[in-house]
Amino acid sequence: MGNYFRPEIECASREQIKAWQDERLVKTVKHVYDNVPYYRNLMEQKGVTPGDIKSTEDLHKLPFLTKDDLREAYPYGLLAVPLHDCVRIQSTSGTTGKRVVAFYTQHDIDLWDDCCARAIVAAGGTADDVVQVCYGYGLFTGGPGLNGGSHKVGSLTLPMSSGNTDRQIQFMTDLGATILCCTPSYAAYLAESILERGLRDKIKLKAGIFGAEAWSEEMRQDIQNKLGIKAYDIYGLTEISGPGVSFECSEQTGMHVNEDHFIAEIINPVTGEVLPDGEKGELVFTSITKQAFPLLRYRTRDICVLNREKCSCGRTHVKMSKPMGRSDDMLIVKGVNVFPSQIETVLLNKGYPANYQIIVSRVNNSDRLEVQVEMTPEMFSDNLSEISNREKELVEAMKAMLGIYAEVRLVAPKTIARSEGKAVRVIDNRKLY
Amino acid sequence: MTVKQISVFVENKPGQLARFTKVLEKNRIDMRALSIAETPDFGILRVIVDDPYKTACVLKEENYIFSITPVLAAAVSDEPGSLVKILDLLGENNINLEYTYAFITRKKDLAYMIFRVEDNEKAKKVLTENGIELICQSEINEL
Repeated sequence: MGNYFRPEIECASREQIKAWQDERLVKTVKHVYDNVPYYRNLMEQKGVTPGDIKSTEDLHKLPFLTKDDLREAYPYGLLAVPLHDCVRIQSTSGTTGKRVVAFYTQHDIDLWDDCCARAIVAAGGTADDVVQVCYGYGLFTGGPGLNGGSHKVGSLTLPMSSGNTDRQIQFMTDLGATILCCTPSYAAYLAESILERGLRDKIKLKAGIFGAEAWSEEMRQDIQNKLGIKAYDIYGLTEISGPGVSFECSEQTGMHVNEDHFIAEIINPVTGEVLPDGEKGELVFTSITKQAFPLLRYRTRDICVLNREKCSCGRTHVKMSKPMGRSDDMLIVKGVNVFPSQIETVLLNKGYPANYQIIVSRVNNSDRLEVQVEMTPEMFSDNLSEISNREKELVEAMKAMLGIYAEVRLVAPKTIARSEGKAVRVIDNRKLY
Repeated sequence: MTVKQISVFVENKPGQLARFTKVLEKNRIDMRALSIAETPDFGILRVIVDDPYKTACVLKEENYIFSITPVLAAAVSDEPGSLVKILDLLGENNINLEYTYAFITRKKDLAYMIFRVEDNEKAKKVLTENGIELICQSEINEL
């Protein structure tokens, strides 16, 4: 299978990849140590200096970074170059509503685009393709990432952004889109809408690149059958760059990590100890080529397995499994990161007791987020519209905090289990992992 | 000249009304009237009972969220057209009706209408001046 964007890199020997990683890691550690006081402090606390890091074998000596660090260092604390050199930010939500902001120089954008281009080509994309990008554009990395990748490949790019299904289908049929990029749940929704409208034979799609949320193998089969395409997974996170940190090849048995840019490790989430390949644990990334926001040993909280067995696609880069869960309480709903603590913040701000429950389900292949809140005497009124207005206010505040719609359901008092030790705040009824 | 309506929060799911009425039954509370306003997730049960004080104590104990609202109860003769007069009076006097519901009793040959308005005093004045009989809570208890 010869679908490579950068064959000399994607199919490089393991020795070559290791040599790149060693050299780039040493350089990046020095860059970070010299320019990011926040991380230098962490290194000093651990008694590590750049001189201790001579190759990837020394990677385990470096301190981890977590989402908490990103929050603490918000907004500029982890920036490694002068603002003068930065050309873009992207952002994602943080644990308590404080957002995570990642910075990019033009070089960083270029390498990100390059990673996305590899994913598109692996899915069969060429300059003759029409790539419909219906990930959100804006602060979310989905749209800009695949958009940039598609440009790099030279495909005709339809920058649709998310939503407006009628318009999506119209462009898809009128312009003959051949590759679809969106969240898997939106792909499933689009597939159903296309079938409902009887337009299955009017579409020219051959492949889809679907990421930003967990999806099962059954969902893949469903989308593939309904649209008559091959559905490829893509993985990434804003902190590391965005989509394209890893991507699936035609094997569909895991996602190749772009190891010339990112070093993947699996650790025991409790002890932090590095685990051998094949063991399940938390995925940690070190970016080794970025200028503006080079995170070292960033804990993704995604639970994965790495597989270095040779892939029949010819690529030599390590494959990561689909994430099998999280080592924290973050939820991904409609491709958006949601932390229960954000919901709690909204409730407390609005004067509600922090007794709530979050129920996530997937209805018709689309995520549904419900927040159950116990009714209080203060909130109650004999007037139905007064209660409904308060409910609406809460929905709007949630939307402002989370960036997505959450249904609010008022429930009877004392029906949500009181926390004895660890409260069960989240009930995820989706079968994702 | 008002009646103490008890408004209770209940979730809109099976068995909720049964649970509520069982609480009343257990405590020998008699309902005179019942009306429900509902949304897809919850409803407000509005009840007129023979003993509002006892009911409030019992509901509190059973962890219900409720409020007590003074509403007007008007006696109307149980025949066609008798409601028209009352509604016309309210309308002519620009008194907005938030909600209303009816009940009858066995002891008297009358029907009763519960009216929830913003300004009870004004409505009371308009109705009584026009010969409409309003009953109070103690009369409800006797019905």
